[in-house]
Amino acid sequence: MEFEEEDSGDKPSWFQRVRENIVTKTKDKKSTPDGLWEKCPRCKAIVPAKDIINNCYVCTQCEYHVKIGSREYFSILFDNGKFTELDADLSSGDPLEFTDTSSYVDRIRVSQSKSGLKDALRSGTGKMNGMPVVIACMDFGFIGGSMGSVVGEKIARAIDYGRVHRMPVIVISKSGGARMMEAAFSLMQMAKTSAKLALLAKEGVPYISILTDPTTGGVTASYAMLGDFNVAEPEALIGFAGPRVIRETIGKDLPKGFQSSEFLQEHGFVDFIVKRYEMKQKIATLLAMIWDKKAK
Amino acid sequence: MAGTYFDFEKPLQELQEQLDKARETHEKGKVDMSELITQLEGKIEATRKEIYSHLNGWQKVQISRHPERPYSLDYIEHITSDFIELHGDRNVKDDKAIVGGFASIDGETVMIIGHQKGRNTKQRQYRNFGMPNPEGYRKALRLMKLAEKFRKPIITFIDTPGASPGLEAEERGQGEAIARNLLEMAVLKVPVICIVIGEGASGGALGIGVGDRVLMMEYTWYSVISPESCSSILWRSWDYKEKAADALKLSAEDMLGNKLIDGIIREPLGGAHNNPEAAFKAVKDEIKKHLKVLKAMEPDELVTTRVEKFGSMGVYVEG
Repeated sequence: MEFEEEDSGDKPSWFQRVRENIVTKTKDKKSTPDGLWEKCPRCKAIVPAKDIINNCYVCTQCEYHVKIGSREYFSILFDNGKFTELDADLSSGDPLEFTDTSSYVDRIRVSQSKSGLKDALRSGTGKMNGMPVVIACMDFGFIGGSMGSVVGEKIARAIDYGRVHRMPVIVISKSGGARMMEAAFSLMQMAKTSAKLALLAKEGVPYISILTDPTTGGVTASYAMLGDFNVAEPEALIGFAGPRVIRETIGKDLPKGFQSSEFLQEHGFVDFIVKRYEMKQKIATLLAMIWDKKAK
Repeated sequence: MAGTYFDFEKPLQELQEQLDKARETHEKGKVDMSELITQLEGKIEATRKEIYSHLNGWQKVQISRHPERPYSLDYIEHITSDFIELHGDRNVKDDKAIVGGFASIDGETVMIIGHQKGRNTKQRQYRNFGMPNPEGYRKALRLMKLAEKFRKPIITFIDTPGASPGLEAEERGQGEAIARNLLEMAVLKVPVICIVIGEGASGGALGIGVGDRVLMMEYTWYSVISPESCSSILWRSWDYKEKAADALKLSAEDMLGNKLIDGIIREPLGGAHNNPEAAFKAVKDEIKKHLKVLKAMEPDELVTTRVEKFGSMGVYVEG
């Protein structure tokens, strides 16, 4: 999806008329189906859903980046939203027969029917401004975007696909970390994905990690931090230990902006921060500058 | 004899007290207690065997944290000679929660790296309770690269309650430091043997845990989270740690059964702290046994096999 540049100056608020006699020419009127309004979770402005979608799910009023999933990211990044999904039929086993307050099998089933997803990550291959790429994207809506065997395996395969076909690999992270219900199996996905990235690097194929809100725990401590380029969306929470754990450990409130994208860039762990509606263009430009499929 | 008993060792403690009393009386020379002493010694041995034959996950977690359990530097002192400790990450500082350096095992030079805990309050603080900061992982990586440069095998000892969660750790990129180690360790061109000697908590453990052989000592644990934290997150209470320990399948037996580790090093009865010399010997024998096999492999073969091993971990349904 291409971003439609908007004039951000002199925008009327929704509840206050700042100019008299506003007249919209018929051709400028946007036809919005009834009931399709979105309330921005941050500034509370009521905005036509279509405007938000056209703005890559960024609030047109306050630039808040709405939390979105793989479906939306694929539509934003792949040319015309077209892609071929990879390993779509992978779903979770229950290697430990894990049960806490409910059984893992039930949690998976509920999450699947609620989200319409098989697990917390989808991957696909398609073109970005004409360049073939592999994109894997996490879905926070599926058990907190937690990384278990399926997420790890799909990332590993996406990386292998990029290595074999010599296509840049992009992983969009949004995760609470490793999935507890697969315990050490989840832990080992960190080693597995990182090992695969080492092989990709040996072949000189680019890897871009996109960090979105939130990216924490075992995901931060593996593929999310290993990009040739670590790219973050604005104001995302990115860290290893969660803020609550750190607060409890040090017994103090955390400084403002701690573990934000801006904080990470300031401390040297993020190459650049990009607004979602500029993401595709900027990454495609960067890749076009450095990547020549035939070169080795 | 260890001075700290667990709840589940209560019968042992009582017997030991009786034994101490009997010995005292005997030594004073008033009564001949030798028969009772022999009897009690036998009973202690039998009771310990009985208790240790069916430990649950949580009990093993407790043993792994026993305050008298040997730590990395103890193993280094007792199974190597000429240990030359190397400090610092060449960047920020020297992290005291990870130690490392070249040492010799029966004439063979190896790089030894391990988490280090402290034994008393002062030492615990000095070692940050065995919780490394990013510079600890970066020091470890620097030393591993040195070993690779000089073609020496790498041994790591894992014993951490987790990577340090703090302001400075986040500022200096705890996640990046661990992630970098995972990537680099996967493709090291020298043999890597990792041994869990105590606690193997999550990314903080794995950060020095990607090896050709990953071994666990019998009474240790290794998982994605500690049972206490798991209990607090999933049950929203600290009271379910025993349940969590079972659910996580964090014991050496379970980890081996799930093919997530390569072997178990048997401990002396009652745990490594009960007979450290036996534990040192068991660890040394295992290291030598595996080194012999790994040293015969070509560097590329080592890397391919290592990457494939970790690449095959995971359980999922296809189709």
